[in-house]
Amino acid sequence: MKLMEYQGKDLFRRVGIPTPNGVFSTTAADVRDYVAAHPGSWVLKSQVMMGGRGKAGGIKFADDAQQSETLARELIGKVLKSIQNPDGEEVKSLLVEEKVDIASEAYVSIAIDRARKRPIVMVTRFGGMDVEEVAEKNPDDIKKYWIDPATGYSPFIGRRLAFSAGLPEGYRKAFPAILGALYTLFMDFGANLVEINPLVLTKDGRVIASDAKVELDDNGLYKHPDLARWNKQSPADEDQAAAVAIGLGMSNYARFADEPGEPPKTVGTIANGAGLGMGTMDAVKNAGGGAANFLDIGGGAQADLVKKSYALVTADPRVKAMFINIFGGITRGDQVAKGIVEALKGPSPGADQPVRQVPLVVRLTGTNAEEGRAILAEAGFVPVETMDEGAARAVELANANGKK
Amino acid sequence: MSIFLDKNSKVIVQGITGREGAFHTQRMIAYGTQVAGGVTPGKGGTNTESGLPVFDTVKDAVEGTGATHSIIFVPPFAGADALWEAHDAGIRVAVCITEGIPAHDMLRVVATTPGMRIIGPNCPGVISPGKSLLGIMPSHVFKEGNIGMISRSGTLTYEIVDGLTRAGFGQSTCVGIGGDPIIGTTFVDCLREFANDPETRAIVVAGEIGGSDEEDAAAFIKEHLAETPVVAFIGGRSAPKGKRLGHAGAIISGNTGTPESKVKAFGEAGVPVADRPSEIPGLLAARLKPIPA
Repeated sequence: MKLMEYQGKDLFRRVGIPTPNGVFSTTAADVRDYVAAHPGSWVLKSQVMMGGRGKAGGIKFADDAQQSETLARELIGKVLKSIQNPDGEEVKSLLVEEKVDIASEAYVSIAIDRARKRPIVMVTRFGGMDVEEVAEKNPDDIKKYWIDPATGYSPFIGRRLAFSAGLPEGYRKAFPAILGALYTLFMDFGANLVEINPLVLTKDGRVIASDAKVELDDNGLYKHPDLARWNKQSPADEDQAAAVAIGLGMSNYARFADEPGEPPKTVGTIANGAGLGMGTMDAVKNAGGGAANFLDIGGGAQADLVKKSYALVTADPRVKAMFINIFGGITRGDQVAKGIVEALKGPSPGADQPVRQVPLVVRLTGTNAEEGRAILAEAGFVPVETMDEGAARAVELANANGKK
Repeated sequence: MSIFLDKNSKVIVQGITGREGAFHTQRMIAYGTQVAGGVTPGKGGTNTESGLPVFDTVKDAVEGTGATHSIIFVPPFAGADALWEAHDAGIRVAVCITEGIPAHDMLRVVATTPGMRIIGPNCPGVISPGKSLLGIMPSHVFKEGNIGMISRSGTLTYEIVDGLTRAGFGQSTCVGIGGDPIIGTTFVDCLREFANDPETRAIVVAGEIGGSDEEDAAAFIKEHLAETPVVAFIGGRSAPKGKRLGHAGAIISGNTGTPESKVKAFGEAGVPVADRPSEIPGLLAARLKPIPA
């Protein structure tokens, strides 16, 4: 789960990382009232997931209540667009923060290094810009440290990084404690990434997190039920929501947009297991077609789930043919076959929409494959023997159906 | 020989009375695995339907059976605890089938369980065909032989192994290392074992997008296995960036984890990368062919 800035800063405050004074708000009236009660210079920051919000006009400055209300009205409801996000994202809330006098901007992050199996800390004195850019132009200016989870964090790590990265002197006292708090957040909340960019040194000598980027591991969310409400507030990924709605894991379904220069994505795919799911998409591409989606029905799938998965994939109007690729391990071939036959019988009693039917190719092998093939044969289908054969046949059928 | 698991390996099952645990215990016994008992807290002193002793703790099970290997079927929240309990009791090889264990639990576990070989989590386990099965693989597609097989996926492994078996290539050991970001045993760990296994004559590496395990494997092969025929496959080559596809680890972010980088790394190590699983037996046959004098 990716967090918005105000949510990340909420976690920052819980672990003791200083953040600018301010308030989270969803209406222009609230913004006005807050600024009226706290005279000064304020920054209005649009709360969106996308990157590049500043360039997209999502950050404004206000010096009085009147101005803050006008700008807030302008921002809330506005659709921000950036190169990374051409479709745009609607601003639903604002973070109103004190405008700080910046003396210096640094960067600090912690992420998971899969290869070393340790959290990796990265620090550079070049904050406030894209860290990828720093990595490209001045790779030696990014200092790294791999924390051993067995011993955890100790302040020497922060001191060493502050010296080696050449952080200005004003950072030195505060930095080891801030990095320690960031590590606590990283481990205790199960973050894939925590990033402060910029970590600001103000002219009056404070060190504060001016921005917050936090991405949490979905597998660890059960430990923090109070954060579940954020999940509901975030702009939901449609595919993930659809997957969960039919009882699949969140990452078990993904649609792929058409790409210029590639064959149109017209073949729906369903497979059991993530690896075979990916292999199935690749097989469709190798056969000269394009997979419209990835769908892993998981291990031990029952007939009902197969049926719902079929309906989900064919609900995408681009899908002109379906390729179901099952290698029975824990998943039993007869169960899958029953699901397919059921799905093609039309809507179940009580279902509000009929299932859209497309030409279907089924590859079924492994556990109980013979029983499964018998069920399919009885219903008038001829399953194919291999994955390559199935992919080729599905691409052929999609092309023929698309021309109709 | 084989790696990690042979016909004498004595096994306990953590979570033996659960639905998955009970089902796969039966299948492992049927395959010939030396399952000596299992653990379900609160059911110690009872027996399973097939007569295996159930213990309350892993310590009791190890002391009562002399087991060295464990296979873990517990819910995600109990995964780290189960691995620590296995380590504490002196288990040498722990296969963790559980999917959904938080990555940070695994960061802590791998840093604090020296001396225990963890395979997984989120994996199908290990099989040394004809000897023993410590996992959930459909054993009928495997056949005893000389090909070492390592894979990040379950079903894709079955797909590839089925092709190998049909082409007459039996396997020494097949290891499903698991699809999570933090796993106990990497490709390189497996390759190091295969390098010391006289029965393994050739190796198939089935990777997928995301992470750098494949690149590390390629570097190891170049350095230490230059004489051994190796064939690779990479799943998800047609996937767009930033999409998470089932496995928590299978995500391409930025320029790391791309199929291009993996194909290039294998190329530099002299390892052919099959475009399709069906091409693997052919590539293997070509590399195993003795060079005419």
